[in-house]
Amino acid sequence: MTTTDTARGLPSALEIGAGRALFELRQFFRERDQVIFTFSLPIVLLVLFGSIFRGRFEGSGVTVAQVYTAALIGAGVLSVSLQNLGVSIAVEREQGVLKRLAGTPMPRSAYFLGKILSVMVMSVAEVTLLLTVAVVLYGLRLPDDVTGWLTFGWVGILGLAAGSLLGIAASSLPRSAKSATAVITLPFIVLQFISGVFIPFTELPGWLVGVASVFPLRWMCQGFRAVFLGEGGAALEVTGSYELDRVALVLGAWVIGGLVLCLLTFRWKSRRDR
Amino acid sequence: MNAAVSVRGLTKRYGDVTALRGVDLEIRPGEVFAILGPNGAGKTTTVEILEGHRDRDAGTVSVLGVDPRRPTRRWRARTGIVQQAADDMAEVTVREVVRHFATYYPRPRDPDEVIEQVGLAGKADARIPALSGGQRRRLDVALGIVGDPELLFLDEPTTGFDPEARRRFWDLIRGLEGTTVLLTTHYLEEAEALADRVAVIVHGRIVAEGDPRTLGGRASARATVAWADGEVETDTPAATVVELARRYGGEVPRLTVTRPSLEDTYLRLIEERSGP
Ligand SMILES: Nc1ncnc2c1ncn2[C@@H]1O[C@H](COP(=O)(O)OP(=O)(O)O)[C@@H](O)[C@H]1O
Ligand SMILES: [Mg+2]
Repeated sequence: MTTTDTARGLPSALEIGAGRALFELRQFFRERDQVIFTFSLPIVLLVLFGSIFRGRFEGSGVTVAQVYTAALIGAGVLSVSLQNLGVSIAVEREQGVLKRLAGTPMPRSAYFLGKILSVMVMSVAEVTLLLTVAVVLYGLRLPDDVTGWLTFGWVGILGLAAGSLLGIAASSLPRSAKSATAVITLPFIVLQFISGVFIPFTELPGWLVGVASVFPLRWMCQGFRAVFLGEGGAALEVTGSYELDRVALVLGAWVIGGLVLCLLTFRWKSRRDR
Repeated sequence: MNAAVSVRGLTKRYGDVTALRGVDLEIRPGEVFAILGPNGAGKTTTVEILEGHRDRDAGTVSVLGVDPRRPTRRWRARTGIVQQAADDMAEVTVREVVRHFATYYPRPRDPDEVIEQVGLAGKADARIPALSGGQRRRLDVALGIVGDPELLFLDEPTTGFDPEARRRFWDLIRGLEGTTVLLTTHYLEEAEALADRVAVIVHGRIVAEGDPRTLGGRASARATVAWADGEVETDTPAATVVELARRYGGEVPRLTVTRPSLEDTYLRLIEERSGP
């Protein structure tokens, strides 16, 4: 479709999508509340936790700062994808932005392309800042082999994809623009608590671990721990291993599930106009 | 010439509510057409069906030769939409958003020229949340016309404006020469000031249609001659006045000759149809 449309002088979805990404990024970084709650929070928490808890886990040589870095990278990626998209698309839908866009010749794919590209840029910035803080303040050691970076890459990309798709799907939940932040953020905070972001997983009751294991965040954090804690940290996991195969399986399932949810639930119009 | 918009037997139900009961419309290219009606009459429902935003239950619709049920990108590029309610508050400037929207279209107009035309040149670098209600609507119009549409939809563009802002907004619409405009309004003066033709809609039915000056048989309606001691309705008011002058032997006390105003006609139309 794109080729014939372009042949007739319509700008391509790729062009418009890239333009939308820039437009979205500009908008995002000017919105103070959003920047504070979705972008800066994980970084602030890392500075805070890293300064409060300076110890090591017994017998493993793993520092608390390492654990928090891995966890907050997971939380940070979901924050700029799931939380950010869940809230911003809900607001855009209720305020009529989506309807306005649907009334222009913008290809609908360009809208999603813009969201995904802008979220990718935000995640890269988020993760870079988190790593910088961890390296500079807490002497985090970055992986020194290709395998480490590869794991980092695929966990990050699968997590980002799952988070973005779930964010787009979750945007249909809030009933108004005003309630969007509460409806999306509250469950996300709970998810972070039960997924071992703030409280080590080993301290949680078994049934909560079970609940958390359904969702992607637990597995993202575990994957990032595999990257930053090294072999010595595996013993700290619930099963004594990083279970990277399960990380890939659960995240992959969420990517597919998220895509299905998006296709089933996405609406360009608000509840008011049908 | 083919009609810009052609609607036959348009029907729309929301659950138990029947919003449109067989609406017919024919809008010629280049004209400003107003759908005038009280709140809840079905104006938004009608235009949103024509815009391809809502489904219909029955009827045939052709907008620029296309059934809006299946909008294509090319068709979207030929239409411009100003929705009734648009209150998005993104932190972008007027110039940024108009420029960005221009990139969606194959042959957009110059964004700065459009900003100038809608009277926002002084606000080009202001962020959207800093705009007043009237300025917001002007921005909506800028976004509606930046693609250089053949047909522009304006759904109650001046609701909530003060009279001064409304007059200035009318000047803006009058300046859109060559573009077919479908405007909805519940302000009678607005239809009278802007439209080449008006359709009055009440309870989902078009009850009158035509030139605002002759709407509802207004031009041919009988004149009322009134004076101190009486009042008659007549087709020949001049003869009546001559007769009265003779009777009074000169000036007739408190003489007036009136025809129904557009407002009288409109109110009569609404009242006639509002009964059960
Ligand atoms: N989304 C909707 N769901 C249910 N009823 C609706 C909806 N939109 C409009 N209506 C009803 O349809 C009728 C016409 O509404 P509308 O087209 O908005 O009128 P207008 O724009 O002339 O004020 C009203 O009775 C209104 O309550
Ligand atoms: Mg309306």
